[in-house]
Amino acid sequence: MSTMTIDSTAAPTTVDISTTPRIPLKRLVRVELRKMANTRSGKWLLIGIGVITLFVIGIFYATAEPAERTFFNFMAATNGPQGLLLPVLGILLVTSEWTQRTALVSFTLTPVRSRVLIAKVLGGLLAGLAAIALTVVVAGLATLLGGADNAWAQVGVDDLGKFVLLQATGILQGLAFGLLFLNSSAAIVSYFVLPSALNILGTLWKPLGDVQPWIDLWSSQTPLFMGGNLTSDQWAQCATSTLIWVVLPFVVGLVRVLRAEVK
Amino acid sequence: MYGGHTAVDDVSFVARPGRVTGFLGPNGAGKSTTMRIMVGLTPASRGCVTIGGHSYGDLPNPGLLVGVLLDASAQHNGRTGREILTIGAETMGLPRARVDEMLELVSLSPTEAKRRLRDYSLGMRQRLGIAHALLGDPGILILDEPANGLDPAGIHWMRGLLREYAGRGGTVLLSSHLLHEVEKIADDLVLIGRGRIVAKGTKQELLQTRGAYVRALEHESLADALQLAGILSIPFADGLRSDVEPVQIGEVAAAAGLTLAELRPAEGAGLEDLFLQLTADTQREGVPA
Repeated sequence: MSTMTIDSTAAPTTVDISTTPRIPLKRLVRVELRKMANTRSGKWLLIGIGVITLFVIGIFYATAEPAERTFFNFMAATNGPQGLLLPVLGILLVTSEWTQRTALVSFTLTPVRSRVLIAKVLGGLLAGLAAIALTVVVAGLATLLGGADNAWAQVGVDDLGKFVLLQATGILQGLAFGLLFLNSSAAIVSYFVLPSALNILGTLWKPLGDVQPWIDLWSSQTPLFMGGNLTSDQWAQCATSTLIWVVLPFVVGLVRVLRAEVK
Repeated sequence: MYGGHTAVDDVSFVARPGRVTGFLGPNGAGKSTTMRIMVGLTPASRGCVTIGGHSYGDLPNPGLLVGVLLDASAQHNGRTGREILTIGAETMGLPRARVDEMLELVSLSPTEAKRRLRDYSLGMRQRLGIAHALLGDPGILILDEPANGLDPAGIHWMRGLLREYAGRGGTVLLSSHLLHEVEKIADDLVLIGRGRIVAKGTKQELLQTRGAYVRALEHESLADALQLAGILSIPFADGLRSDVEPVQIGEVAAAAGLTLAELRPAEGAGLEDLFLQLTADTQREGVPA
């Protein structure tokens, strides 16, 4: 007599999963926010963004002419450093999963990969909003403390909206470059070098220089933190350059990650 | 399929509740690839894997049904052990107390749990990985080389843990490249070499020395004929193994008009010999096909 128990033709045991709720997106976003802060590098990056925001507003307060100390100018002063660091946050949010190979665990616990990525996008945007909220508070305090006479001029919902737009594109571009390269150093270096390279080429080669505002995110976004309204051409330039530097790499990277073999 | 070559081909088997299924094969045989396919990390060009009757990607909260440990080092080096488990528990929607329970179960002390993963030995990483796999109290475990890096006491501990888990009705699939390690813990064995199954059956069947090994030119027809004759057989190397006498198989084959290429007593066709042969092949050829 033989005792056979492995038989590949036998019907496998079925487990009822109909009552198990799907992992809610809200929870996935919370996990992503946690992942941002629970490593040494992530924690210091977040602290760095906060400290630099304070520092830049402090410096501006100390060095600018009293008449220049408007709420808007305080906000605009933080745009540079935040615009440099928030995209790095976005890059690391994606690339650390690959360089540290945690994607193996993340995608095993949430097999629909796009949901993990949506959570990263939302988590990144929330971090960006937090940075702007911090800026608004600190810039507001600085203005109250020693602002110019008409310090609160130029501050409408549309101005704040432009700051949100700036930082949001920055973070999305970081995420996009992260998805595209899946490697921290390659993504960070490309993020900083490619736009400057384009800028330099534009000054050297006239035909490129002419179309520059349409294809260069840095040039097209400058009017956003200069105050005043944008012309429809300027808005169109923001749109085309965002398409090139944010949407395109994001889509290509997304397709890559959704299809990739995770090892 | 990946990297332009077929890593595993036609690897079909069932792991059952209440049993430990050992997935055995030399390094590079395709064990890890098969396990990655099971959990949807590697796309398969054809075939399917179901877990409790469902495709892995359809599981609403997989961690509650299947505990997976593919690589204990695939965690962020800068996170503490506790933080790694907390992320898992939070994703699955479990209470934080579950993290402490699991740390205790795998004997990681509170001080060790506060250390970062980069300071963990491979043995500690395996313990943490097992804790992570067990977080959601799943009924199924998929573990890739879980004994790697554990000291003898750790291996003994894990054997006890998994035996007890299967004893409570859990399904365990674990891979190993060490025959003797799997022999001690598994109820069922699936032996894989160069991406194909070369033997599968219960441990008793595969390790027995009596019975017969047979290889026919018409492999499928012979398997059917034996089944019709009420003789049970299991796939083994290129042929079949059964615990009946060779002459009984010869009679069935003759009646069915099949051509036998080989028919001999099973001695000398033992699992160990087969395994050694596989390992030697792999080593000789370097990268498996």
